Amino acid sequence: MTPAIKNTALFALVFGLILATGFLQSWNVALGILNMGLISAIMALGVNMQWGYAGLFNVGVMGFVALGGLGVVITSMAPVGEAWAAGGLRVIVALLTGAGTIAAAILAWKRLKRHRGLAVTAILVVGFFVYRWLFDPAVAAIEAVNPAREGYLGGLGLPVLLGWVVGGLLAAGAAWIVGKVALGLRSDYLAIATLGIAEIIIAVLKNEDWLSRGVKNVIGIPRPVPYEIDLQNDPGFVERAQAWGLDPVTFSSIAVKLAYAGLFVVVLLALVWLAELALNSPWGRMMRAIRDNEIAAEAMGKDVTLRHLQIFIIGSAVCGLAGAMMTTLDGQLTPGSYQPLRFTFLIWVMVIVGGSGNNWGAVLGGFLVWFLWVEVEPLGRLLMELVTAPMPEGFWLKDHLLESAAHMRLLTMGVILLLVLRFSPRGLIPER
Amino acid sequence: MSDNPWAEDRGNMDRSIGDPEHQGTIPARQGGPAVPVENGGPFLIGEKMTGGYGGADILHDCTIWVEKGEIAVIVGPNGAGKSTAMKAIFGMLDLRSGRVKLDGLDITALTPQDRVAHGMAFVPQTNNIFTSLTVEENLEMGAFLRRDDISRTMEQVYELFPILKEKRRQPAGELSGGQRQQVAVGRALMTEPQVLMLDEPTAGVSPIVMDELFDRIIEVARTGISILMVEQNARQALEIADRGFVLVQGRNAYTDTGQALLANPEVRRTFLGG
Amino acid sequence: MDLLNAIVALLNFVIIPATAYGAQLALGALGVTMIYGILRFSNFAHGDTMAFGTMVTVLMTWALQGWGVSIAPLPTALLALPVGIVVTAALLLGTDRVVYRFYRARKAKPVVLVIVSMGVMFIMNGLVRFIIGPDDQRFADGARFVINAREFKQWSGLDEGLALRTSQAITIVTAVIVVALLFWFLMRTRTGKSMRAFSDNEDLALLSGINPDRVVTITWMIVAALATVAGVLYGLDKSFKPFTYFQLLLPIFASAIVGGLGSPVGAIAGGFLIAFSEVTVTYAFKKVAGYLLPEALEPEGLLQLLSTDYKFAVSFAILIIVLLVRPTGLFRGKAV
Repeated sequence: MTPAIKNTALFALVFGLILATGFLQSWNVALGILNMGLISAIMALGVNMQWGYAGLFNVGVMGFVALGGLGVVITSMAPVGEAWAAGGLRVIVALLTGAGTIAAAILAWKRLKRHRGLAVTAILVVGFFVYRWLFDPAVAAIEAVNPAREGYLGGLGLPVLLGWVVGGLLAAGAAWIVGKVALGLRSDYLAIATLGIAEIIIAVLKNEDWLSRGVKNVIGIPRPVPYEIDLQNDPGFVERAQAWGLDPVTFSSIAVKLAYAGLFVVVLLALVWLAELALNSPWGRMMRAIRDNEIAAEAMGKDVTLRHLQIFIIGSAVCGLAGAMMTTLDGQLTPGSYQPLRFTFLIWVMVIVGGSGNNWGAVLGGFLVWFLWVEVEPLGRLLMELVTAPMPEGFWLKDHLLESAAHMRLLTMGVILLLVLRFSPRGLIPER
Repeated sequence: MSDNPWAEDRGNMDRSIGDPEHQGTIPARQGGPAVPVENGGPFLIGEKMTGGYGGADILHDCTIWVEKGEIAVIVGPNGAGKSTAMKAIFGMLDLRSGRVKLDGLDITALTPQDRVAHGMAFVPQTNNIFTSLTVEENLEMGAFLRRDDISRTMEQVYELFPILKEKRRQPAGELSGGQRQQVAVGRALMTEPQVLMLDEPTAGVSPIVMDELFDRIIEVARTGISILMVEQNARQALEIADRGFVLVQGRNAYTDTGQALLANPEVRRTFLGG
Repeated sequence: MDLLNAIVALLNFVIIPATAYGAQLALGALGVTMIYGILRFSNFAHGDTMAFGTMVTVLMTWALQGWGVSIAPLPTALLALPVGIVVTAALLLGTDRVVYRFYRARKAKPVVLVIVSMGVMFIMNGLVRFIIGPDDQRFADGARFVINAREFKQWSGLDEGLALRTSQAITIVTAVIVVALLFWFLMRTRTGKSMRAFSDNEDLALLSGINPDRVVTITWMIVAALATVAGVLYGLDKSFKPFTYFQLLLPIFASAIVGGLGSPVGAIAGGFLIAFSEVTVTYAFKKVAGYLLPEALEPEGLLQLLSTDYKFAVSFAILIIVLLVRPTGLFRGKAV
């Protein structure tokens, strides 16, 4: 079997699984898997660029994904005028002061010869207190504005699709800062740096209510596609649904999901196309040359650190874009729901299972692992019901097993990762 | 892409998650038993050894031996497979053909650890001491397999290398190059080996230290321990050698006593610089 | 008197909690650093190993409580601890046999082992949630306090009370014992020295006749003990929730890296450095300042540098600062 046939068969298998879900379970579930599968594929693509092309170990995917979500909020939500009047300007001045303090500290560290530790400490301490003096009252004022529904600055009220770009840019900016610090040392400290920054980003989203409403969540994010209720009220739509013998309510929700799927497919294909183009360009060849023999590449005058920084920023931006798309699909930003197992390590499972270094592999991994992530739960419950069937009703073990079936999915993901690492260490679609 | 997909790290340099520099390089082997063999033969012999590190063969029908209490030296140009021959005798690579015999036993199947237990000791060319352990702990680790009292052997090593006694509480990594070599040899002697194998013991030390080290090696041989070593400084090494092996491209080119090789005009012209 | 009050407040809210937390982090970081030193990779499953060990101990504690066994005023969990350690050691050794050994034999690169440990992390995480559930569990019993705030006030006549919880006292005492035992083992025993030798130079250890399988086995057993003790102490001090343990990974890694990966002394120093920074930066110093400053200068705000939700940011900032100044960590670990 040639690789091309095998790969086509693998993709056919995954879409067959999704179709089977549609026929056996429900089309709503199947399309839900498809849409999140598309988003997962994009996340996996981003991580694969970093790990597959350059061997960079990013365990902070969650943070970049969440930043993408924040990008959507600050772009597309309507601005809260009252909050801006209460303290918008002051918050911005405070943030600029904070950034200025850090810049001044870095400058002092680089320029000063003597007493630089003292000078940097002094700058940081003074800057911090000025920042807090500016920041705290402004935040209190903003969060006091209609806290039940607003209590934050809102966004710019721009089209939501623009938010995807902003989300990618936010993630890229964070990646630039992280990369600058963690990739420039004698050896990298990227893993621990990304692990940390991801937790910090989530902490900021959870606690800075003025920015993201924190755990109160931002809901009602504008959509790039029509609302179900509008479709149901559109006589033309209802007519067509009835012509096909479908219930307008079900059909409307399927139509909306299909519209999202269309949008996502366009983004995914564009990204894969770009990624393949980049991989086969001189730039991509150089990236792989660096990856395969860093010392030789360095000896040939390649700036390895700069190349690593580039690919890290690009990969993180892709993760941010995917995060923005996800927040748009959900229609809400829920900072409390970001967990490393789901948003960092699961993406890694996708990349490894799919095939490190291969873009199509990452895409396949994204779909397949997401499908399993969703479907293991009902399957696990089914399995548990089977196992516990002979047990008497009310037996403690039976109740416990049935109750715990939901946790089967973590276990399964671990088993899948280990099996692939052991028996097919280059993934389902290996790098060429 | 290598044959081993698990040994690919995609150039990852992240030291917050892994430490490839300190990983061992000796390949894990499935060991087997030592088998008694007939006919006396030399005390230790690597017979018609052919093999390499997985890729192309480096050794071709190469034979090296040493008798009890003798000093045997392997010399030859760079890339002749001198170190590889030593490693083959110590079981650090898989032979495609040929065998290794020690004192009437066929030990070809033994792992390096098992050869230590059979009275062989090896001093690698580099990374041959435990830098973060004290000198004394280095010696103790050399005697790891011994269950009896090691204090007498340790005294003997200190007599051989008095400077080590002075520095015995110091981390070995803080010593000078020559002293480190003494620690390395001392560690190997702690097992009370029958054969001591040295891979370029004088690499990177000054001529005075080199002479000193050779004197000590002769002293060790006088106690009945066989010595097999690889040397860059061929002339000096052959002078103290009972037997010399000249290797060229993994094959035996000349084999004779040290003095005879020094006297051989062909060997002098080609390998000893006139 | 005000100075005394300020000192007591500082002790009560900063020094004692930070010391206990630091001891817990140090024990966790010791486990991470041992695996890094011997097996050459950072074990992402370490937080979940701690959770597993604690879970077994919790279950055993409940069983003991059910049988009416008690060592009051000490918590029953201490009696259950050995069981937790043994079961965790069995799990880790089983994992090594089934999972890690294969990769070791093939000389897998450390980064591959890290990814493998992610898989193990998923499985252990799932296992713990499957057995005990994702919820908070309290299992501390026995006396709550060694020193009670109210009694302290009566005894000393100060306005500020000093409380020392049993869990904190146990944490500190246990940590001291465990660390002393570990260092005695590593520095004085033949096996311990052989582990240090293996960590220093694997090839030479092999050529000295040190059996790598034995070194690895003992390492996993020590790691099981360290992880379980750390987890149980943390659980007694706070509470047991699987997700919290998973999240401890960041401060634990930060401690190990700050101290210098592969260096046991570094892991301990790193643990306390991270713990003290976290607690100091997130503590509201209003009370302490209130005693020290004249009334006119008394602060209006809480004098809290960062809200407690940002404690991760503190570990992270300390880590970055140390790495920028000293890339090998405080105690020159293996990472260069």
